[in-house]
Amino acid sequence: MSESIHTLQEFMLQTKGIIYLLAIGYLAGFVWFWRFLHGRDKKEDQIG
Amino acid sequence: MADEPMVVERPLLSKFNVIAGLIILVGLWLTFKRFTGGLGAVSNLDHSNPWGIWIGFDLLCGVALAAGGYTTAAAVEIFNMKKFHAAVRPAILTGFLGYSMVVFALLYDVGRPWRLPYPFAVNQGVTSVMFEVGACVALYLTVLFLEFSPVALEWLGAKKIRAVVVRLTILLTILGVVLSTLHQSSLGAMYLLVPSKLHPLWYSPYLPVFFFVSSIAAGLSMVIFEGSLSHRFFKDKMDDEHRKSANDIVLGFGKGCSMVLAAYFAIKVFGLALGNNWNLLGTGYGLWFMVEMLGFVLLPCLLYAIGVREKNVTLIKWTALWTVLGIVINRLNIVLICFNWQLPADQRYFPHWMEIGISVFVITVGIVVFRFIVTRMPIFFEHPDYKEAH
Repeated sequence: MSESIHTLQEFMLQTKGIIYLLAIGYLAGFVWFWRFLHGRDKKEDQIG
Repeated sequence: MADEPMVVERPLLSKFNVIAGLIILVGLWLTFKRFTGGLGAVSNLDHSNPWGIWIGFDLLCGVALAAGGYTTAAAVEIFNMKKFHAAVRPAILTGFLGYSMVVFALLYDVGRPWRLPYPFAVNQGVTSVMFEVGACVALYLTVLFLEFSPVALEWLGAKKIRAVVVRLTILLTILGVVLSTLHQSSLGAMYLLVPSKLHPLWYSPYLPVFFFVSSIAAGLSMVIFEGSLSHRFFKDKMDDEHRKSANDIVLGFGKGCSMVLAAYFAIKVFGLALGNNWNLLGTGYGLWFMVEMLGFVLLPCLLYAIGVREKNVTLIKWTALWTVLGIVINRLNIVLICFNWQLPADQRYFPHWMEIGISVFVITVGIVVFRFIVTRMPIFFEHPDYKEAH
C-alpha cells in the first residue's frame, strides 16, 4: 500500500482519507453502542 | 447502630502486619543501599536506559491510576452527580496517596533528589515539558492535600480550619481538573521527544491525548477496584450511605468508563491511521499492539457495557481490575517494552530485583498509610459532628 506513495500530498490524502472514513464509521457505530448501553435504562424508566 | 460503623479490634500481629512489616524492613535496607551506594548499587539503569520501572511503573502508572481523585471530584462537585458523593473521599485519599507515592518513588530515581526543588527555586527551565509535569504534579499534590485535609481536620476536631477549607471545595476541584488535564497529557507529551526510540505503533503525535483520555478510564476503574477491595476489607468501617450507594457507584462509573474506553479505542485507531502504520500490525510488536488494543481496551469497553446493561456488578468489578491491568501494560509498553526496541537484546533494560523490591516497598507503604487512615478517619463514614454538612 505504502509503495505507491511518493509525495507528502499523496501520504496526507491517503491517511486523512482513511481517518475521515474511520471517523464516520465510528460515529455510526457509537449510536448503536449508546443505544446498547442505555437501552435498558429507558425501558426501566418507562416501567417505573 | 445501623447508621454507625462497627468497631472491630484488629490484632497487632495479624497476617497483613507481619507481611507488610517484613517488606518495609527489606525496603529500608534497600533504601540504605540506594542512598549510600548510588543508583548503580540497586538498579540496572544506564545511559541507554535511564528510566526504568520507578518511572514506568511507580510514576506513570501511579499518576494514571491516581486519576480517580479528579474524575470523581469533578463528577460530584462540578457535574452535580450527588449520588456518587460517597465515592469522593476514598477517591481523593487514593489520589493523594497515589501522588505521594509518585513523589516518594521519584526520590529514589532522581540521581540527586535534594535538587528536586531546583526547577522551582533555582533554574525554572520553562521551555521543558518536564518542568510543566513537575510544576503540575507539585501543585496538584498540594491541591489533593487540601482536598483531603477536611477528613484529617474532622478527626483532629479542628472545626474552624475545616470550615475554611470546605469553602474552597469548588475552587480546589476546578484546580484539580485543570492541573490533571495538563500533567496527565504532558506525561505523554514527554514521549514526543523520542520518535526514533519508541516503536511507531505506540508513537503518535496524539500521545498527550492518549495519556489524558486513558487516565480518565484508569481513574474510574481504580475507584471501582479500590471500592470493591475496601468493601471486602473495611466493611466494618462503613456507614449505611456507603454500603447502600456502592452498587450505584459501580454501575455509574462502569457506564462512564465504557464510554471513555470507546472513545480511547477510536482515537488510538485514528493515531494508527495517521502514521499509516497498518503494515506493522503483522509483526511481533504488531501482535502485541493488537493484544493491548483488543484485549485491554475494546474487551473491557464491551464487558463494562454488558455489565451495566445487565446490572452485573461482579462483572464490572472484574472488568475494572482488567482495565487497571491494561493501563499498566500500556504505560510499561511506552516506557520499557517498546522503548529502545531497535537495540540488541543484551542492551535492553530489565529491572534489577532490588528495583522491583523498592517499588513493592513504596506500594506497601502506601497501602499501610491508606489502612491507617481509613481505620481512623471519616473516609467511609460521616463524622457524627458533621452529618448535616454533607
